[in-house]
Amino acid sequence: MVADSELAVNIEDLGFHYPDNGGAIFSGLNLKIKKGERFGLFGPNGAGKTTLLSLMTGLLSADSGTITLLGNDVRKKNKDVNKLIGFVPQDFSYYQELSPVENLEFFGAWSGLNKQQIKTRTDELLHILGLENVRNKQVDKFSGGMKRRVNLAIGVIHNPAILILDEPTVGVDVQTRHAIINYLMELNKKGTTLIYTSHQLSEAEGLCEEVALIDVGKIITQDSLTNLLKEHQQDSLEDLFLNLTGKEYRNDL
Amino acid sequence: MIFKLWATIKKDCRVLIRDGIGLSLMFIMPIVLVVVVTDIQNGTFQLINKNKMAVLVCNRDTGESGKQLIAAINKIGLFKVYDLPKNQDAKTIVDSMKDKEALLSVTIPEDFTRKVKAKAKSVSNKAMVSFGLQADSVQKYVGDVSPLTLYYNPVIQEQLRFSVKGGLQSALQIVESRETLRTLYFAINEKPLPEKLEREMLSNKAAINEIPVSKNGSLRAPNAAQHNVPAWTIFAMFFVIMSLGGSVVREKVSGSFVRLKTLPTNFAVGLLSKQITYVTVTVIQAVVIFALGIWGFPLMGLPGLNIPLDVFGLLIVTIICGWCAVSYAICVGVFAESHQQSNGFGAISIVILAAIGGLMVPSFAMDTSLKAVANLSPMHWCLQAYYGLFLEGGKLTDVMQYLIPLVLITLVLQLITFLGLKRKNLI
Repeated sequence: MVADSELAVNIEDLGFHYPDNGGAIFSGLNLKIKKGERFGLFGPNGAGKTTLLSLMTGLLSADSGTITLLGNDVRKKNKDVNKLIGFVPQDFSYYQELSPVENLEFFGAWSGLNKQQIKTRTDELLHILGLENVRNKQVDKFSGGMKRRVNLAIGVIHNPAILILDEPTVGVDVQTRHAIINYLMELNKKGTTLIYTSHQLSEAEGLCEEVALIDVGKIITQDSLTNLLKEHQQDSLEDLFLNLTGKEYRNDL
Repeated sequence: MIFKLWATIKKDCRVLIRDGIGLSLMFIMPIVLVVVVTDIQNGTFQLINKNKMAVLVCNRDTGESGKQLIAAINKIGLFKVYDLPKNQDAKTIVDSMKDKEALLSVTIPEDFTRKVKAKAKSVSNKAMVSFGLQADSVQKYVGDVSPLTLYYNPVIQEQLRFSVKGGLQSALQIVESRETLRTLYFAINEKPLPEKLEREMLSNKAAINEIPVSKNGSLRAPNAAQHNVPAWTIFAMFFVIMSLGGSVVREKVSGSFVRLKTLPTNFAVGLLSKQITYVTVTVIQAVVIFALGIWGFPLMGLPGLNIPLDVFGLLIVTIICGWCAVSYAICVGVFAESHQQSNGFGAISIVILAAIGGLMVPSFAMDTSLKAVANLSPMHWCLQAYYGLFLEGGKLTDVMQYLIPLVLITLVLQLITFLGLKRKNLI
């Protein structure tokens, strides 16, 4: 049993349905993620991963139950809760017409940083993510890998305590993937809780220490990766995934 | 809060400056439009008042009335008359119109003088009986004067055709009246009507003084620039939809809106920034187009624009018109699912709003039901407010009656935008 003060995320008895899509997506869902953990949430298409992440970030509002981030209730629509989280969506959710510096300046301001903090963090992040020499170039000219790094930089500019990553390395080359994963490990060492979702399970094996599998709106298992593989007598996360969620096609409408 | 707003305005300005197509649609296209439309309207004015319209006249009549009619047509001042041989048939007349690039042709029938004289005799007899100077007798019905035939090129607009027809009827009236006067005078006095008296009786019409009714007492007659520049400035302002609507859609589709929602800043900052940035753009559009009207038009041989005396009022009207245009663009952007939808719906809806708002056809010329519909177009209220300042010489207080509905429409658009953002879970 983990004390509430040690939890980064605590979801209890969560209920949710989309207004224009009758049936419940979640009903009585519970999930606990410890502070400083590298947590992986995996499931087939349509399992409810993105919806769950949207509820955690306050993009969607739950019908029932509670979601707390470091003890703060997400449902109270307190904008201060948003300072605790960084969100790196799967899409390039920023302004392609702007340069990395201009994007970071804007998103830094919206994240609550002042001018000096933005400048310091911008220089730091562009150096770490290898974007210094293109800092003033328009992002729409960038390769997919460079765009991914800009996407990540925006998500972490305010040093969030919890970083939520939705497929942060999709479509990038090996070098970029390696750099991103290394950077995420660095962040985690400094205390950032990582909540990660991806379909690239071999990559996830190297990153995540705690894993939850979700299917049709239910957490079907959650434990450390080592324990899960041992318990289900599987060699890899991918085998475990197929074993627990089946091999049939999932059509996510 | 101020820092966040400033950062957002900077972002919006940068996005706008890098949208070359949007910028050209907002500035170059309306400028071209205002120059072309003013030039066309001014050209129509010149055609009627200065250059005169070419008209071919085929006079099949051999009598005096046909010649008098041609002289009367010449005297109207609208037409430059070219004579055609009297034996030409309809096809030859039409061909001659093409050759001489005349848009009009009039054929005077061969019995014109005879019929005019017969009618004058008939009217004169009736008058004599009425005066008691002649015994009543059964009058032989003489029939109407044979009609003139007016050939016209279909490119002539109905309005202009009615003016031409009015001019011809006025000329006919002079010819018929002259003949009646002469006949009647002869019947009474048994001598011809003296030429001087005839001229006085037919020509001494009361003059018409034209006075433009203005609130500031100015007697300056409005020109084509005064009508067109405000109208097409409004059109240009609403064209911000091509850049702003698309920008809102891009932010939605890229997921930027979603990301902003996860950040500790109220989304109202984003909406406020867009409004400040793009209202400024609409004010710049107005300044550029007005400057073109004042200094550029005279260089192009067009009448110059006269700026209203209440410049502060003009600024306030421009800001409110711009705010309405920006609110409309954001509203369309929020509901459109794609850039194509935003641009397509935006462009077509603006043309429709301009048409029903009186930018293309004056709203006073619309029928009652369409006038009621015009009230729903924000462009109608923008135009009324601008006309109040530009044409009627009014002040801000004089155009408040138009600004209040405009502000109400703007607030409704803002409310719809808010509900749309809520419904789409973007705020």
